[in-house]
Amino acid sequence: MKFGGHSVKRIEDERLLTGQGRYTDDIQLPGMAYGVTLRSPYGHARVAAIDTAAARAMPGVLAVYTAADVASYGGIPCIVPLSKVPTPRPLLVDTVRFVGDGIAFVVAETREAARAAADAIEVDFDELPAIASIDEAIADGAPPIWPEAGSNDLFLWSKGDAAAVDAAIAGAAHVTRLRIVQNRVAPTSMEVRAAVAEWDADAGFTLHAGSQGVAGMRAQLANAILKIAPEQVRVVTGDVGGGFGMKSFVYAEYALVMIAARDLGRPVKWTGDRSDAFQTDTHGRAMVTDGTLALDADGKFLALKAETWSDLGAYQSTFGPAIQTMAGGTIIGGVYRIPAIHNAVHGVITNTAPVDAYRGAGRPESAYTMERLVEAAAREVGLPVDEIRRRNLLRPDELPHANGLGLTFDVGNYPAVLDKAVQQSDWAGFAARKAEAARRGRRYGRGLCYYVEIAGGGGTEEFADIRVAADGRVEAAVGTQSNGQGHETAYSQVLADKLGIDIERISIVQGDTVRLDQGHGTGGSRSLVWGGGACLVAADELIERGKALAATDLDATDIDYEEGVFRARGTNRSTSLAELAAKHPQALDGRGRYTIPKPSPSWPNGCHVAEVELDPATGMVKVARYSIVDDFGVLMNPMLVEGQVHGGVAQGLGQVLLENIVYGEGAQLLTGSFMDYGIPRADDMPHIEFDTLGTPSPNNPLGAKGCGEAGTIGAMPSIMNAIIDALDGTQIEMPATPEKLWRVCRELAVSRAA
Amino acid sequence: MQTRLTLNGTARELDIAPATLLVDLLRDDLALTGTHVGCDTSQCGACNVLIDGVAVKSCTVLAVQLDGAEITTIEGLASDGALHPMQAAFKEHHGLQCGFCTPGMVIAGLDIARRHGGSASRETIAHELEGNLCRCTGYQNIVSAIEAGSKAMQDA
Repeated sequence: MKFGGHSVKRIEDERLLTGQGRYTDDIQLPGMAYGVTLRSPYGHARVAAIDTAAARAMPGVLAVYTAADVASYGGIPCIVPLSKVPTPRPLLVDTVRFVGDGIAFVVAETREAARAAADAIEVDFDELPAIASIDEAIADGAPPIWPEAGSNDLFLWSKGDAAAVDAAIAGAAHVTRLRIVQNRVAPTSMEVRAAVAEWDADAGFTLHAGSQGVAGMRAQLANAILKIAPEQVRVVTGDVGGGFGMKSFVYAEYALVMIAARDLGRPVKWTGDRSDAFQTDTHGRAMVTDGTLALDADGKFLALKAETWSDLGAYQSTFGPAIQTMAGGTIIGGVYRIPAIHNAVHGVITNTAPVDAYRGAGRPESAYTMERLVEAAAREVGLPVDEIRRRNLLRPDELPHANGLGLTFDVGNYPAVLDKAVQQSDWAGFAARKAEAARRGRRYGRGLCYYVEIAGGGGTEEFADIRVAADGRVEAAVGTQSNGQGHETAYSQVLADKLGIDIERISIVQGDTVRLDQGHGTGGSRSLVWGGGACLVAADELIERGKALAATDLDATDIDYEEGVFRARGTNRSTSLAELAAKHPQALDGRGRYTIPKPSPSWPNGCHVAEVELDPATGMVKVARYSIVDDFGVLMNPMLVEGQVHGGVAQGLGQVLLENIVYGEGAQLLTGSFMDYGIPRADDMPHIEFDTLGTPSPNNPLGAKGCGEAGTIGAMPSIMNAIIDALDGTQIEMPATPEKLWRVCRELAVSRAA
Repeated sequence: MQTRLTLNGTARELDIAPATLLVDLLRDDLALTGTHVGCDTSQCGACNVLIDGVAVKSCTVLAVQLDGAEITTIEGLASDGALHPMQAAFKEHHGLQCGFCTPGMVIAGLDIARRHGGSASRETIAHELEGNLCRCTGYQNIVSAIEAGSKAMQDA
């Protein structure tokens, strides 16, 4: 292929590098007013009284909304209700359930006027008992945040064979048990959420907002919240400054700017600040797991048992209950041979921001649990961490393999990927590096992770709508939505190869329901497999339409297509894509639907090897070496793939070393800015050695596997395992802050001296 | 307040409200939306611009302080349709994904090049990016881009 498989430079870059990107807050419309949300400073309280008179009287104020004013609209729906008790998240509330819950929405001529008026609203709160943690939420006698549920433990989901697991554990030669905490983190896209709405009596609403797919967002806004026909809502997404799962969801301000735009008859913009983001963007992870791994005398796995308490936050978010259950809970055993497996997940409500999909959405959490258990077990039974995996990884001749939780792994060569990663990491040189570090008074450790991901699972379709201009340029609108991954480039590569035309003659359009009102957006590492598949279908159908037109124009029966030209077979008569498009306007255009009969994910997998150096005197830790081998099937653009992995590793490293959302007494958010919440900086990152060993996926025509989340999945366990190794096996939990590490190092020094 | 400044090579005389931050002047009043706001605590660096050749976070500067200053934003770097060597290096080395932090990163790169020429090590570049946050790239390619961009500027 001319383009596929090559590291084609990004089509997006020129505009983004010259300041010509168009992010939501860049939009300025004539007559635009500005909205600001007044948020709860309490974790749990009733609004006893709210007085907006002073705010309304302030200069420039156009409207003030409270819960009563928007009571006729629906809340933000949870579309995976595992709990029988619904916990709707209203646009504005009169009972606040977490710090940041919206109480009032003020619209004014300027941002400053709106802020000043929001400050002038007087609210009397009756404080209620606030629950900041899972432990408090499920403690005996804890007051239920949703009284109709009777408890804060809203549901119990489970999968697998509990009896077989218990029997295997009872008879096992060795049993490893860990309680594993996966700390709450904030997705922290660099672009904070924003929304701009317009309303027109004839055309209805136009909402500009960063999203991970406009069609889904339109359906929720129209059907569930505003209760109007979807045709009355146009959703437009321009450039998106990172999403990581968090921008999949509708947030209250998106509906509020629409309501205000209609009421006021002028455009309304809301742009969050970083404080809004920390308070109200969905958070990720936030869970505690009791994990048990049973082994025989040879270190072979006999059973895996996990019980997790998943913090959902104050409201069940759009996909929230699915994350640790259907989305990620079914892959907890990885690609190991585990005869008996059982996973149980409690959904727990607390007075905190809603928790939902964050890069990996349940798969990093499952891999983290498993890989922590694997290395703890290796240490306990005295096996090297590579060897214990070698003994338990599924071999190619054992595939396909049903994992006991409803998943079937199709293809792969996991032992070969492991061996390649081990070799690439200079496995043998570790002892010398550790000894050298020891001479400098440093502790040194190595950790490994073998992960598998469910990529592009769940759905069965995607769309691409293709048009050919009179000059032969091809435009394809896709139903996915780039959040920075470089989809315009990747899809252009797919189409350029398929149509045999130059990549510069192709343009990719995303994010406008007027252009394409179908599609499932970006999420779950799905886009290339699904959007690429849709591009291929659309191009195939385009070629067929072109052949039919050419048959008439060229007065021939058999038409061949190659490199933008249709030829009458056996003659020298031909017509080009451009000529056909010019002669038959729109006759070449059409919408392609790529579909498969039942949901069938791809299974990216790979091996990360991390080495860390730890200074016991300060607790400072540095990831010294980092090596990855991934199986992403067939790569469309290796440069983009590696970039995804780099970024994924950074987010995993951030969770392990730096990031932590903390709610304190009264469920107060203590980490509401970059002053309190650390994300990785350039010098926190190791140099990442990256290679692939791909087995093509049989589930899609490109042979591709998703790559967007893999870096995060592999990084969390490998770096943490390396730290635990540097601490001689002392189990600690994320984030591994210098203080925590310094204390452990002191204890280890004392016990060694004694 | 009447303020004279040079913006992307053009002399401007502007009437600016005293409390206006430079970033708000650029984005809201002058429609130069390539300069971004990513935090409210002056930590992310997405709002970096060059003031008299030095990288400054434009969320920390009142616009009226800039009387007589020369300001360059991301929009002012490319000339005659050709990317500045630092911009070109970001494209070449895949130093951007979502692009939101990118203008600030490019400006930070120019400041590193100004101070070190093409001689800054990767460690130095990484350390001197401590005022710029990126959530997409993992920084490795940003460091490569600034390393290459600095060298290209020196050779130019």
